[in-house]
Amino acid sequence: MSHTHTQDTLVGLFVATGIASLFFLGLQVSNLSSFSHGNTFEITARFSNSGGLKVKSAVSAAGVKIGSVKAITFDPKTYESVVKMDINAQYKTLPDDSSASVYTAGLLGEQYVSLGGGGSDEYLKNGSKIEITNSAIILEKALGQFLFKSAEEKKGSGDDKKGKK
Amino acid sequence: MEFFRYLGASTRTSFTKLGRASFFLISILSGISSVIVRPRLLLKQLHSVGVLSFLIITISGLFVGMVLGLQGFYILSRFGAEETLGVMVAASLVRELGPVVAALLFAGRAGSALTAEIGLMKATEQLSGMEMMAIDPIKRIISPRFLAGFLSMPLLAALFSAVGIIGGQMVGSGLLGVDDGAYWSQMRANLDFQGDIINGVIKSVVFGFVTSWIALFEGYDAIPTAEGVSRATTRTVVNSAFSILGLDFILTALMFGDN
Amino acid sequence: MDNLILTQDSLVSVHNLTFSRGEKKIFDDISLEFERGKITAIMGPSGTGKTTLLKIIGGQLYPEKGSVTINGRDVHHLKREDLYILRKRMGMLFQSGALLTDMNVFDNVAYPVREHTNLPESMIRSLVLMKLEAVGLRGARDLMPNELSGGMARRVALARAIALDPMMIMYDEPFTGQDPISMGALVLLIKSLNTTLGLTSIIVSHDVHETAAIADYIYVLAGGKVVGQGTPQEIQESSSEWVQQFMNGAADGPVHFHYPAKEYMDDLLHSEKAFKPLFTRQRPLSDRKAKRKRYS
Repeated sequence: MSHTHTQDTLVGLFVATGIASLFFLGLQVSNLSSFSHGNTFEITARFSNSGGLKVKSAVSAAGVKIGSVKAITFDPKTYESVVKMDINAQYKTLPDDSSASVYTAGLLGEQYVSLGGGGSDEYLKNGSKIEITNSAIILEKALGQFLFKSAEEKKGSGDDKKGKK
Repeated sequence: MEFFRYLGASTRTSFTKLGRASFFLISILSGISSVIVRPRLLLKQLHSVGVLSFLIITISGLFVGMVLGLQGFYILSRFGAEETLGVMVAASLVRELGPVVAALLFAGRAGSALTAEIGLMKATEQLSGMEMMAIDPIKRIISPRFLAGFLSMPLLAALFSAVGIIGGQMVGSGLLGVDDGAYWSQMRANLDFQGDIINGVIKSVVFGFVTSWIALFEGYDAIPTAEGVSRATTRTVVNSAFSILGLDFILTALMFGDN
Repeated sequence: MDNLILTQDSLVSVHNLTFSRGEKKIFDDISLEFERGKITAIMGPSGTGKTTLLKIIGGQLYPEKGSVTINGRDVHHLKREDLYILRKRMGMLFQSGALLTDMNVFDNVAYPVREHTNLPESMIRSLVLMKLEAVGLRGARDLMPNELSGGMARRVALARAIALDPMMIMYDEPFTGQDPISMGALVLLIKSLNTTLGLTSIIVSHDVHETAAIADYIYVLAGGKVVGQGTPQEIQESSSEWVQQFMNGAADGPVHFHYPAKEYMDDLLHSEKAFKPLFTRQRPLSDRKAKRKRYS
């Protein structure tokens, strides 16, 4: 009888460890625990270019994650990108004149929306729209401009040299 | 001419084998209801299939995670992206290595043991004997083992991944100095419950199903001699490995293809 | 003589049975009768499909032609449930014993009882101990099958076969590979079980003397045919050359000592390969298959 008892115990331990591992993966490893779907409110922002932003990208304020991107659509009238975001309900005191910017975490990192810079006494609530937005910096564009500029400068300095001669 | 005859013959035999395997699967599945009535049969098999694979899965998971931590660190640090080590370790474990390597180990440890056990029961006329006692060996012997394999596999794969992630963290932040918080937070920010964890579990469920099926069928279909059983055991490991890797490709293409 | 048998009350009858494996006909239109309450033996050299016959009677294999009726019911036309009901009343003793290796002697004997009845554990205990006592192994109840000798394993299997009080038992080579003592024990056991329990017994064997000692009726099979039948006495006195060779264990006779081959001298002189070893009995690799066939 004791034999079957140990067997029971071992099987019980095995099943418990397996399920615990599943929970560990669910809660510790993935983003399941970060936000529960129930207590969020939705805000919208329009960007002229939302860059590499994706659904589920982070929304943060002062570097702390406060929500996530829910949907990104293209508005064919204004040619803008409409980004809907779910903000965790506990952050209900964000000023309604906050600006939204698309930033990149590190040089090769994910893009995320950063909120900040408001001073109003009114707060963002469900359905609010953010008026001031800064679009994503497109790396190729920025690099292109930089190269163009420096080429221009070189040209200019070259002319100067010629003039001196 | 000889070649075509050989090709034709082997096509025919493999198709008849597939047919037998399908009928076998149907009878296994119809036998599962009688296992649920007798949980003790299942418990016994969970012990021999799951608990006895526990150690090999845990240790292998730990080592695989540690290796991923090392290799990942060397590559990521070239790009100055050591912070994303957690993402790399966790994603590769949860999506691929957890289900696949755990299934391969499972096929080697539990699958081959199942084939040998069933083959020996056939060779020593135990299965015939049960049939002559009016006891259906599929219901009493095969189905409980199938169900145990099918249920153990996702648990073992989850265990493998979890232990591996901890192993990666031990090497990454313990040995190589990656920030512990970054390891976990990057992981949490970038891994998706639905897309990564659930898909990994689905994979391991499929692998558990296929591996148990192959192992039991090969045992049941073995030529009832010592030589026949040893060959069947080899076939179990080889065929399981093929099926796991092939199915992994198909499942990966289906799951992560449209991202 | 045939008519005499048919008029008697037989529990199992095999009619015009034909069964083949691949090209080889194992049974070619044979008919056998097994009388109620008697021990009937089927004898014949290895490879005549005696075990196959038992499997056909038990409904595990299906005949090509002919039928098997047990207690008036055609075994191969029963529904699966009915076949299982019938099998509960049939015991079979396999050559290896076929004990389940993962349970001890007691649980092995109790297994069919537990599966097929809802008896309380105390009753199962007394029942199992009774059956074990009958085969003289009550003291071995806690041993595992791998701790038993071959003869003991067979006796445990016998206890298991009679656990559900069947109407008939089939013995597959019960004496093969036994030392004289356990052989004697088995002979005694089969005989006494038959008389005390009123069983109908079918013994498949090639052990001439042991079988002849307890059988009431003997069939001798060879080449898929019944070559002799009768009481042990009649068989001993049979005029058939074949039966005589088998019963006396003569090396040569209708069954030849040599496997069919070319003329010996031809074979030696006109060898296909020049360096074939001459006076050894070793066969070249290419003959291995033929050799294997011969032994299987």
